[in-house]
Amino acid sequence: MKKTTKIFTGLMLVASLALTACGAKNDNEGAASPIASPTATATESPAATGDTSGKDMKFSMVTDVGGVNDKSFNQSAWEGLQKLEKDTGASIKYLESKEAANYLTNINQFVRDQYNLTWGIGFLMGDAVKDAATKNPDAKLAIIDNVVDAPNVASITFAENEGSFLVGVVAGLTTKTNKIGFVGGIDIPVIKRFELGFEAGVKAVNPNAEVIKNYTGAFDKADLGKAAAASIYNDGADIIFHAAGGTGNGVFNEAKERLKAGKKVWVIGVDKDQSLEFGDDVTLTSMLKRVDEAVYRVSKDMIDGKFPAGVITTLGLKDNAVGLPETSSKNVSKEILDKVEEYKAKIISGEITVPTAQ
Amino acid sequence: MNKLIKAFTKDSAVVPFIAIVLGLLVGAVIMLIGGYDPLLAYRSLLDKVFGNPYDFGETLTAITPLVFTGLSVAFAFRTGLFNIGAEGQYIMGMTGATIIGVSLHLPWYIHAPLAVIVGALFGGCWGMIAGYLKAARGVNEVITTIMLNWIALHLANYIVNDYLLEPGKGRSYMVDPSADVTIGWLSRTLDDARIHWGMFFALLAVIFFYVFLWKTKQGYELRVVGHNPDAAKYAGINVNRGVVKAMFISGTLAGLAGVFQVLGVFLNQAVTASPTGHGFDGIAVALLGGNTPVGVLLGAILFGTLSYGAAGMSFGADVPPEIIRIVIGSVIFFVAAPGIIRWTIKRVFGKKRKGEVI
Repeated sequence: MKKTTKIFTGLMLVASLALTACGAKNDNEGAASPIASPTATATESPAATGDTSGKDMKFSMVTDVGGVNDKSFNQSAWEGLQKLEKDTGASIKYLESKEAANYLTNINQFVRDQYNLTWGIGFLMGDAVKDAATKNPDAKLAIIDNVVDAPNVASITFAENEGSFLVGVVAGLTTKTNKIGFVGGIDIPVIKRFELGFEAGVKAVNPNAEVIKNYTGAFDKADLGKAAAASIYNDGADIIFHAAGGTGNGVFNEAKERLKAGKKVWVIGVDKDQSLEFGDDVTLTSMLKRVDEAVYRVSKDMIDGKFPAGVITTLGLKDNAVGLPETSSKNVSKEILDKVEEYKAKIISGEITVPTAQ
Repeated sequence: MNKLIKAFTKDSAVVPFIAIVLGLLVGAVIMLIGGYDPLLAYRSLLDKVFGNPYDFGETLTAITPLVFTGLSVAFAFRTGLFNIGAEGQYIMGMTGATIIGVSLHLPWYIHAPLAVIVGALFGGCWGMIAGYLKAARGVNEVITTIMLNWIALHLANYIVNDYLLEPGKGRSYMVDPSADVTIGWLSRTLDDARIHWGMFFALLAVIFFYVFLWKTKQGYELRVVGHNPDAAKYAGINVNRGVVKAMFISGTLAGLAGVFQVLGVFLNQAVTASPTGHGFDGIAVALLGGNTPVGVLLGAILFGTLSYGAAGMSFGADVPPEIIRIVIGSVIFFVAAPGIIRWTIKRVFGKKRKGEVI
């Protein structure tokens, strides 16, 4: 047994030496390594451009179970922080939540580490942000898509119904079958706003069109999105608007498969310009929700000492926080886009009130 | 002969240890390939778990449900049943506790125990359904328990959505304070980590598991049924009743995991799209622990520590969550595959041992 232990210790020593050596080497080439995470490279390379007033400040965000690569709002929020890092030299970091129990512990990790601002991304984080804010009155937090009533939390919500109205106009004027689908994530007020606005937009320009709705009950289940899309397309719809985060990736997959089989169908993306991700051949347009802008702007306010603590900010069409991306002109005709502009002006002026949900 | 046994036990104590080390080494290699510093990552993992009282407390919180579900699966294994339904029983346990916790208002000394008991019974009865189907109709419990998982998930969502929902929150109302089983003073000493009585019940469950199966007549009968149903029948043991009883107890254990998550951690039940995974993790924990009570406890500690500490690797060493999952997966893989380790030991140390004077 003695010998065994000896050999074993020896092995361990060699192994640890090898590891340290490699680790050190890695440090030198870290910035050059293409696989290194954005945070890793950022901390090593000095801020590239812009003023560097945020250099000593630390910003962080906690994703919900969708994860940071959800091609949707978590990713968008992270892009906002990445822009902040580039512009101001602030250091940024994110933590992904594997299950609901991690929301609070992840937020607390940042709060305890004295981060200047911690973002909870998404409606589901409401309780956790509230809890962390109450127990740490000195910490500053912010939340997207939910309202947390605490003096040290900035709550950011969007008028999704307004932007959805506009893509509803596009869908109502583009459809050939007069059947249009809507795939939602979980039936919560945020998503309800998408649905109500979209339906109102469709009906405003095409009263004969029918909107087929389907809530999948998940933001992270592409398979459910695919199944929901399949049944809606089978019902004769030719356009689907999804407001379902990662679940919506399945809607795109289904549309692509149908396109390959020679059937022309469209998807309207959500949150980001999803034509960049999934291609112009299936993406009609997207309902942009500039989570990145909101995250960037509020974080920048923090650096400038104007953090809207305890304030509920609702961003809508007039703030350019929701709406259609530039790339829409590829698939949407000039006349329809003019119509969209017309309705946009009417909504901003208050001539049209888009139904909403609390 | 005595010496042989000694060698064997020596081996089995070494096996899991070597397995963990091997798993960590493979994980380290993967991190090196990805361009991350494995030593820093592992240090961050330990830091996250033992670094401060809050995280230590939360690690305990993460371990607790795994002890219960691990025991649940192990109990079924001991009686010759493969309970993949711990997940569903866990969800039913949550639901039972939430129903009582939210809708009743009683003095705490009645309310909390009642919520625990009802939740446990919900889980137990859910397990018993599969047990009954096996005993009376001969339906394989693997199939029924998997199916019952989904039925439980959607039944729970339905109950929460239609009867217990707090409007606009996507979850049930908060559990009445009289039903919560958190330990305030202990939480405060651990910086508000979510400590609850379930942790002590988990230890009691470990003791119960041992005493019931090895020290009582009923437990002996169940084990006989597990070893050889035909022999049990010949010996005059009612096999069918044994199966139902075993599934009931197994379900109760899994149900308790859910009960304490609701009454001790979340204090509400969210509408969720997919299972939390604690039930499935229970299978891994039971396998890690070799279906022995202490083994399950240790397995749960390993599993819980790794999954909670994972956030530390992300925080401290910027390792992306995907790679962390691979690292944890490789540790579990090696621990769960003792055959590989034994084979390796034999190859590497086999000759030496021959020469050793025992």
